[in-house]
Amino acid sequence: MRYAMAIDTKRCVGCADCVVACQTENNVPEGFCRDWIVEETIGAFPELQLEIRSERCNHCDDSPCVRCCPTGASHYEEGGVVLVNHDECIGCKACIASCPYDARFVHPEGYVDKCTFCIHRVREGKNPACVEVCPTHAMIFGDLDDRNSEISKALRTRKHKTLIPEAGTDPHVFYLL
Amino acid sequence: MNEIAITSGRMNQGVDPVLHAWTWEIPLYLYLGGLVAGILFFSAFFYLRHRENVFPAAIKIAPLFTPFMLAIGLLALFLDLTHKLYFWRLYTTIRWESPMSWGAWTLMIIFPLSIIWSAFWVKDVFPRWDWKIPFVEKSIDFLARYKAYFAWALIAFSAILGMYTGILLSAFNARPFWNTSILGPLFLVSGLSTGAAFILLISRSEQERHRFSQIDTFLIGTEIFLIIHLFMGFLASTSVHIHAAEMFLGGPYTAVFWTLVVGLGLLVPMFIEIMELRGVKVPVVIPAVLVLFGGLMLRFIVVDAGQSSRWLYKFMEQLIF
Repeated sequence: MRYAMAIDTKRCVGCADCVVACQTENNVPEGFCRDWIVEETIGAFPELQLEIRSERCNHCDDSPCVRCCPTGASHYEEGGVVLVNHDECIGCKACIASCPYDARFVHPEGYVDKCTFCIHRVREGKNPACVEVCPTHAMIFGDLDDRNSEISKALRTRKHKTLIPEAGTDPHVFYLL
Repeated sequence: MNEIAITSGRMNQGVDPVLHAWTWEIPLYLYLGGLVAGILFFSAFFYLRHRENVFPAAIKIAPLFTPFMLAIGLLALFLDLTHKLYFWRLYTTIRWESPMSWGAWTLMIIFPLSIIWSAFWVKDVFPRWDWKIPFVEKSIDFLARYKAYFAWALIAFSAILGMYTGILLSAFNARPFWNTSILGPLFLVSGLSTGAAFILLISRSEQERHRFSQIDTFLIGTEIFLIIHLFMGFLASTSVHIHAAEMFLGGPYTAVFWTLVVGLGLLVPMFIEIMELRGVKVPVVIPAVLVLFGGLMLRFIVVDAGQSSRWLYKFMEQLIF
């Protein structure tokens, strides 16, 4: 089992529903966010291209945050989901410094927080909150090891990319182009 | 052209607009760690070479400061933690891949070592000292029989401590300015150099000062060589590394780094020490204090600059610089 997410940049309109859904579902404290919308404009007028991406923790296969954690609080959960165990986190912030995507932050309660792929929902057979609310159905969540899953099919048939693959982390959030 | 913006807004405290997860605590600790590594290394090294009467400040007096310096460093580390009550979790596991875990265990070994090593010399420095508790006195006398073994252990662990302060940072691929293996040796040499400067500062013996001026001059030269290599390595690397180097070559860190670290912290004291070795009379306190100051600035600037160098969302820097 290898959980992953694919975001269709041709469907995403940047409405930020995913951001609001995440904050509501996960009680993300005010002033913080676990996911965010990036708009990239490429080219020169009038030949402009716009790419809109919903970004979050990439739940990398080779996560620098898991490697550098001195206590083992940052760890791989089932399906390769990267989680932080609050009772083991000392708040040294090494993982925050180690993340090339700047996806982590210190929760006001002291431990380090970030996207969990809504593992509590996934365990109940539901989609992560952000995927669930997406009004344009731009987001797909699923198991890469299952060849018949929607995400496996999408990645087989569509051109896609990951963010800064050159950082060597093997990210598992894909962007369909 | 490529314009990028985070339209949903993102201003996570400590992360945006540029990372500032680590402020004054970590660089202060890295500095004190390096300084202690330098002092303990020289003390143990010259003890093993039987120079007790020639270099009394280096072998006997300087180590007495190290447990206090380490205690301040450890306090700084503790203050940096945001989930303080769980700090003991560091010592319920050993994580081979995490430099911070290595560092925590190294401190666990070198802190008691520094206390024991200092205890060996207390009576030499304060002849009227009385341990009051017979058990403590007996224990120290017993351990003193194995002084040479302690000295060897100190040489090994002070080298690890000095190197690790740099490796801690260089292990972060995500921060291009830190991501160079030169930081390990650079911080080790800088730590040794500040250690030598500290010994110069407290030494009252002409012969000792002369030798440590020589040592310090050599170490400063090595440091300059490593700094040049640091930038050569960056400029020959990927775009993010070139961008990281450019922060120091015209960018926001140019003035502070080249004046405070390279100028006042390395070139000026090296020049004064060379003059001194040639017989010109200069108060030794000037180069010593400058080297100690330069070492502190090096840690602060490297820790800050590393957090400002990044792979993604470079546009955020415009909000600060």
